[in-house]
Amino acid sequence: MNIQVDNPVLEVHDLTVSYDKKPVLWDVDFTIPYGNLVGIIGPNGAGKSTLIKAIMGLVPKGSGYIKLYDDSLDSVRHKVSYVPQRESVDWDFPASVLDVVLMGRYGKKGLLKRVSKKDKEIAYESLKRVNMLDFASRQISQLSGGQQQRTFLARALAQEADLYLMDEPFAGVDAATERSIVDLLLEMRKEGKTIVVVHHDLQSAIDYFDWTLLLNTRLVASGPTEKVFTTELLQETYGGKLTLLSKIGDLMKEKQFPAREK
Amino acid sequence: MWLFEQIVEFFSFQDVNIRYVALGTLLLGASSAVVGCFTFLRKKALVGDTIAHSILPGICLSFIIFKTKDPLMLLLGAMLSGWLSVYVVDYISANSKIKPDTAIGLTLSVFFGVGILLLTHIQHSGNSAQAGLDKFLFGKAASLVQNDVITFGIVSVILIGTIILFFKQFSLISFDVHFAKTIGLSVRTFEVILSTITVLAVAIGIQTVGVVLMAAMLITPAAAARFWTDKLKVMVIIAAIIGGVSGIFGAFISYTAPSMPTGPWIVAVLSFIAIGSMLVAPKNGAISKSRKQKKNQRKILEDNIIKLLYKLGEKENEFFKNRSIRTLKNYREYPEKKLLKGLNILKKKNQVVLVNDLWVLTEEGKKAGMRVVRIHRLWELYLTTYLRIAPDHVHEDAETIEHIITPEMESKLEHLLDYPEKDPHSANIPYKNEKDINE
Repeated sequence: MNIQVDNPVLEVHDLTVSYDKKPVLWDVDFTIPYGNLVGIIGPNGAGKSTLIKAIMGLVPKGSGYIKLYDDSLDSVRHKVSYVPQRESVDWDFPASVLDVVLMGRYGKKGLLKRVSKKDKEIAYESLKRVNMLDFASRQISQLSGGQQQRTFLARALAQEADLYLMDEPFAGVDAATERSIVDLLLEMRKEGKTIVVVHHDLQSAIDYFDWTLLLNTRLVASGPTEKVFTTELLQETYGGKLTLLSKIGDLMKEKQFPAREK
Repeated sequence: MWLFEQIVEFFSFQDVNIRYVALGTLLLGASSAVVGCFTFLRKKALVGDTIAHSILPGICLSFIIFKTKDPLMLLLGAMLSGWLSVYVVDYISANSKIKPDTAIGLTLSVFFGVGILLLTHIQHSGNSAQAGLDKFLFGKAASLVQNDVITFGIVSVILIGTIILFFKQFSLISFDVHFAKTIGLSVRTFEVILSTITVLAVAIGIQTVGVVLMAAMLITPAAAARFWTDKLKVMVIIAAIIGGVSGIFGAFISYTAPSMPTGPWIVAVLSFIAIGSMLVAPKNGAISKSRKQKKNQRKILEDNIIKLLYKLGEKENEFFKNRSIRTLKNYREYPEKKLLKGLNILKKKNQVVLVNDLWVLTEEGKKAGMRVVRIHRLWELYLTTYLRIAPDHVHEDAETIEHIITPEMESKLEHLLDYPEKDPHSANIPYKNEKDINE
């Protein structure tokens, strides 16, 4: 099942991404409507993180194209925010929570201008929304996992974007933090933002998301959550990789074969 | 007196040579430290070492080609081969299965090997102009002249200026390179700028401290500074000071003992500061950690003695009775010296008084003892209630926890357990007064 929408906020067209010539995403093709909370669901190694990294231009595309707001990423960057996995940075870096959140302002105003009073106000406001105001001057090395995650979310909020792409924001946070993050995401949706979240817990996915992508190196389904969550589709997603597909992938790596002829 | 005269003579900077050497090493130390902060934070410490070793073939080649020791020409060669080495390391780690550490090892040794080969060739070529080229191996700060200092000055301004100008960009790519890319920062450009100024810093410093020690000039100040602060800007400033001070002191030491080489002494002073920082830094230093341990041990001793006095009072229903050391030792096996030490601390805190060689609780002491006992029993109850631990397993845990619970946690415990009267062993939980319970 792949439900395409008119006038999508995000369109991924025939996207193939390879690591060392081995495709980790095969011809992924979908559209996402405005103002939804979207889950990207799939087993470990399904290419969920790779998908949003490809959307953000962090990994090279083998083929296909991506359109955001019917435009290229470069022309709409200020409207798009990316929240990396918490573990992707070294939290021992000498910086305070406020320093990290202020990084969210860098994109908006260019890096050569000084941080203004308004930027700080926005940063504090963002910290307030994730319940981290008391931690503004705290060293990031002293944060717990949930606090690190909320710091990253505050940085994303400070970007004042319209489309948010979040890589595993619920990984390694406690239940209370997860709840508060979900509340925040719902609130953001109410403001008309579109939020795409990489997630791997099936149980909660059905409650959280309006729209769901099922992914396992290839797109299994894309559509409204209640339509996508069928036993059949879930089994297809979690029932392991397609044997032939993985074999071809291995062969391409072995022969260092390109994803497209060109 | 001799030392004093030497100090005055050196630090008055009357002698022109001294002035050049001191200023040169100061500029070099400070600017390479500033650049090194980012090398350190990006976990590329060994890249600095690679650059330093890889610069040698560049210097030799430009000497062979241009047949001159003109520093600018040599610098050009140094920059090129240093830069090439950075590129080679990046290329190998990005395009092969070889991991970065191996790529660094390979590049460093191949470049350095070629450098030594060329240097040997030059030395045996009979070209008399080659004399002194080997100073790049171990450095020769004492030979700094006015021209060198001018070059150092210009390069320092370039290095520090670039860092100040692009401070945000550099800190962003050091902390979160993916995020930097997504906000549209040209990460590649700033990585190239950062590598270039690192190569420049190394190329300029190598004449002073030599190939082998240059990596220390980059990394050690940053590593030492990191102990003193959690703020990036402060860290960069501290590193610059450490680098500059080490530079001057290295120069001073080799001035007082002319047979002493400057470069190694600069690195020795640097290492001394780094080790010192490791030991005495306020939060993470080894000394502060051991002080904390000592403080903990003292608190445990105090608490345990006051608790003992309180419990004896509780048992005999007489809190303010005189008790001898021997009685106390009967209940708790402390060496007498330790027991006396604890009692004397409590005496200073006005929790016990000494009357005719016998110890008596004061009203304040009774309160303190009661608090320890209360926390101990509350904690036991908390463990049995909330963690479902068997009552006969909770005592040991409470023995430790009673020393660390803060008043805030204490009142939280009281609320949570709703001011219980008995602990899991049916002992009374004592409160300051009845009013507390009703509050």
